[in-house]
Amino acid sequence: MTRSNPQVGADGRLKHLLTTEGLPAELVRHILDTADQFVSVGERDVKKVPLLRGKTIFNVFFENSTRTRTTFEIAAKRLSADVINLNVGASSTNKGETLLDTVWNLQAMDADMFVVRHSESGAPHLIARHVKPGVAVINAGDGRHAHPTQGLLDVYTIRHYKKDFSNLTVAIVGDVLHSRVARSQIHALKTLGVPELRVIGPRTLIPAAVDRLGVRVFNDMAEGLKGCDVVIMLRLQNERMNGALLPSAGEFYKCYGLTAEKLALAKSDAIVMHPGPMNRGVEIDSPVADGPQSVIMPQVTFGIAVRMAVMSMLGSA
Amino acid sequence: MSASLPDPEKLVAEMAEKMRGQVSKDAALVGIYTGGAWVAERLNRLLNPGTPLGLLAVTLHRDDFGRIGLHRESRRSQIPFPVDGREIVLVDDVLHTGRTIRAALNELFDFGRPRAVRLAILADRGGRELPVCADFLGAKVEVGADEDLVLSNENGKLRFAAVKRPE
Repeated sequence: MTRSNPQVGADGRLKHLLTTEGLPAELVRHILDTADQFVSVGERDVKKVPLLRGKTIFNVFFENSTRTRTTFEIAAKRLSADVINLNVGASSTNKGETLLDTVWNLQAMDADMFVVRHSESGAPHLIARHVKPGVAVINAGDGRHAHPTQGLLDVYTIRHYKKDFSNLTVAIVGDVLHSRVARSQIHALKTLGVPELRVIGPRTLIPAAVDRLGVRVFNDMAEGLKGCDVVIMLRLQNERMNGALLPSAGEFYKCYGLTAEKLALAKSDAIVMHPGPMNRGVEIDSPVADGPQSVIMPQVTFGIAVRMAVMSMLGSA
Repeated sequence: MSASLPDPEKLVAEMAEKMRGQVSKDAALVGIYTGGAWVAERLNRLLNPGTPLGLLAVTLHRDDFGRIGLHRESRRSQIPFPVDGREIVLVDDVLHTGRTIRAALNELFDFGRPRAVRLAILADRGGRELPVCADFLGAKVEVGADEDLVLSNENGKLRFAAVKRPE
């Protein structure tokens, strides 16, 4: 298992971060423990430590994302790395350069780490297979496949508020079908031993074989929310609303939007999460998003610490 | 060898006597994890009972990160008072190469600009690689070049041991 996993070296250390699938529990816990140290760095006068001084990190985004790119950039800068942001979607590929040519050119500029987002599933894996030894690749989201740092920051957030995974009920609600975030969450939560993992959504937005991952599927939101400790809402992407999968955004909100009434069905101390950016009034109601059970803003803050943890672990390899 | 190692509890009491009157009234003690924290707790109890104590984790400023990576460290620095303008007494158990102290100074300055920093060390075992020396010292202790002087805390009692360094 470990041998065929390109993310983990023969010595058990993290070499790349491509997916939370198959990532050993021990390594996940190591990342979360390391992130603990970096949360405190964000609370100081000087929010910077010298661990990656002299290292060069390329944020290579073949698909646009201002927020994710920004959190990676802040994380790298707080570790004292030099960061170069490349919006490749708008440059070389338009001139016909292949994915690997782009990466090889950057590698020739002495890159130590690549943070890659791509609309095609598997692109970061391909890059990881072709970089020089010692160069690390972090998947910042590929197609519908994975978004591992998001999955890890979500389990970090859950651990922060709930301490222990071993008796939790967690529900992921909404467009699971198109969500790489949901996949990364499911693998990370399963690895950490969450006993009751649920996905809630309309049949058209739940992948056919998702139950094989060990999750329970609910099409009725009221049923699915009962007894939950953690409610994770997913973003409903605008482009899905007009297609055949959904009648309308209003209809979706009525059935699967998280309102205070629906949230009351979960445990009274349940936390509400969302990977952002939120569609208020589509998947989540404003009073819930801004309410006392919402931990959506802490997720963003923890996200920087978790990305610092991953980068520092990869940067010492 | 270990028969000749001093009793750390006695050294702490002697150090407290030496430090009394030598550090300013508003000086704050800051111990370096883990051994320095035990020593600092004791000194603080003897010198400034009731005043808050600072604790430093230096992993994020270590200079051997590139070689050995990040230690899995759940402890974080906790400085429960403003560092700006304050006299700080940095406390560690064993002074060896001086690299930990260099890292601790960097970590401390991430919290602010102290008026002055003094260094209190329980045991100096020699072998310095940086220009660091203690302002307050418990004792000089001799151990073999291939040994580490290690402070342990069992049931609240401090003890020294000379331990063969792993290869």
